[in-house]
Amino acid sequence: MALFDQRPAYAHEPTVAPIEHRFSPYSDNGGTILAIAGADFAVIAGDTRQSEGYSIQTRYARKVWQLTDNATLATNGFAADGKNFVKRVKQRLEWYEHAHHKPMGLKAIARMIQTMLYGRRFFPYYVYNILGGIEEDGTGAVYSFDPVGSYEREACRAAGAAQSLVQPFLDNQIYFKNQTPAPGAEAFVPGRLPMATVLGLVVDSFTSATERHIEVGDGLEMYVVMKEGRQTTDLTDEGQLPAGMKVEELGSMGEGRGEKTFLVSMPLKRD
Amino acid sequence: MNHHPGAWGQPLPAHAQFDMFNPGQSYRQAPKAAPITHTQQPLVTGTSVLGIKYEGGVMLAADNLASYGSLARFRDIQRLHPLGKQTVIAASGDMSDFQWLKKELDSILREENGLSLTDSHPSLSPQHIYDFLANLFYARRSKMNPLWNAMLVGGWDNKKNESFLGFVDLLGTTYSAPTLATGYGAHIATPLLREAYEDKAGIDGKGPLLTAEEAEKVLADCMKVLFYRDARSINKYQTATVTSEGVKISDSKSVETEWGFAESLRGYGAQNQ
Repeated sequence: MALFDQRPAYAHEPTVAPIEHRFSPYSDNGGTILAIAGADFAVIAGDTRQSEGYSIQTRYARKVWQLTDNATLATNGFAADGKNFVKRVKQRLEWYEHAHHKPMGLKAIARMIQTMLYGRRFFPYYVYNILGGIEEDGTGAVYSFDPVGSYEREACRAAGAAQSLVQPFLDNQIYFKNQTPAPGAEAFVPGRLPMATVLGLVVDSFTSATERHIEVGDGLEMYVVMKEGRQTTDLTDEGQLPAGMKVEELGSMGEGRGEKTFLVSMPLKRD
Repeated sequence: MNHHPGAWGQPLPAHAQFDMFNPGQSYRQAPKAAPITHTQQPLVTGTSVLGIKYEGGVMLAADNLASYGSLARFRDIQRLHPLGKQTVIAASGDMSDFQWLKKELDSILREENGLSLTDSHPSLSPQHIYDFLANLFYARRSKMNPLWNAMLVGGWDNKKNESFLGFVDLLGTTYSAPTLATGYGAHIATPLLREAYEDKAGIDGKGPLLTAEEAEKVLADCMKVLFYRDARSINKYQTATVTSEGVKISDSKSVETEWGFAESLRGYGAQNQ
């Protein structure tokens, strides 16, 4: 222990350097995003508040972006990085389409995003990304990323300011954690819930996060990506969704296989 | 071999070895230049700027002060700057960066204006100028050499026939809203601006907007509150309006203030009771 008795020389010297106010190139703009995969659809959602500290900068700034007919990306973290990262991703997707005469598939987009993020390993995009859409085999898929590109395919993921509020709820409701099937009933399989149930969970996640987190609120945008040929009546028919929701079908972005994307939006509390 | 044109005909100096991994600089030393300096902190600064959309246009306000720390150094500085016929920018933060920016933008606009004389080159819309600023600010922050400003861009889009109002700052952060304010104004004026805007237009902004007179009144109120509370402000400000008619920048003006209550204040400084 004698080794530790003597403190290093610098520990005795008072700090003489002036306090430096170095420019920090990052900020945190709050908000939360979330995506859930179904058997033949995926929901990618985010709130629309953008804040810095205790100030609400705007009540409408988008965090969820349709990339192709079968892929939608949600970004959260530092808004300027998010916007510019999405811009770069879209540019790469356009180049791909020119080179290959087809839109990039979902898992290829996911791998591309990982290389783009890791390419900035030593000056990272301060952004948490969640990619959702339809895989080439027709299944709904969600990919989640950390700022430097670690990624995995999951059934659901929440990220951002209220991740710690929302993810445990999704673990319970989507992954059936801490639930046991009734005696004789089938085992739970994550990622097979019907769309009405999933949309209900998304809305509940965001209304609850809005209640308990100051950086979440103002508006909710849910992008629903559906497999080609799938019935859309469970979304578009009168009375399918709770009152106060707006449904808009987003037109095809190119020569896909016929997947459809809908934007479902609703207001959240503004306080 | 070094194929860089600058090295053509140059003999390899004694003891110099060709660096195959860095052919451009292997043996030719770059001329010694002055050290690269970055803005590390703002020096001469402008305080908040405000912006609000109203019926048929957008209105910006900024006071005339450029401070040197807590010294009210330059008291007749215009912080609103027109760019063409449909855009105005308003700057808070470092005034030398703003002056450089004005020069840069004016030169771009001059070039664009020249092009528009010779063919059907469309003029720069407020959105174009805003996107340029956003890209510039983000690129500069990414080089760790920021332009130390928070800017508002106000404009009228002649094609869409609607007003434009956007924010961009030294981090490249961008956003848009019907009312905007930078700096101290984001804390003090934003609630007043939003209240005035939403009282008439509703929270969805679908109702009627403020008239030009009402917008000017609420901006004057905000400038007054800022003058009372922001120690880096001055009671002399200008407003700019952009409508389909074009850009108008007002003369400097003041608001009526009341300091009589100060006599009866107790508890701030030397008093006998």
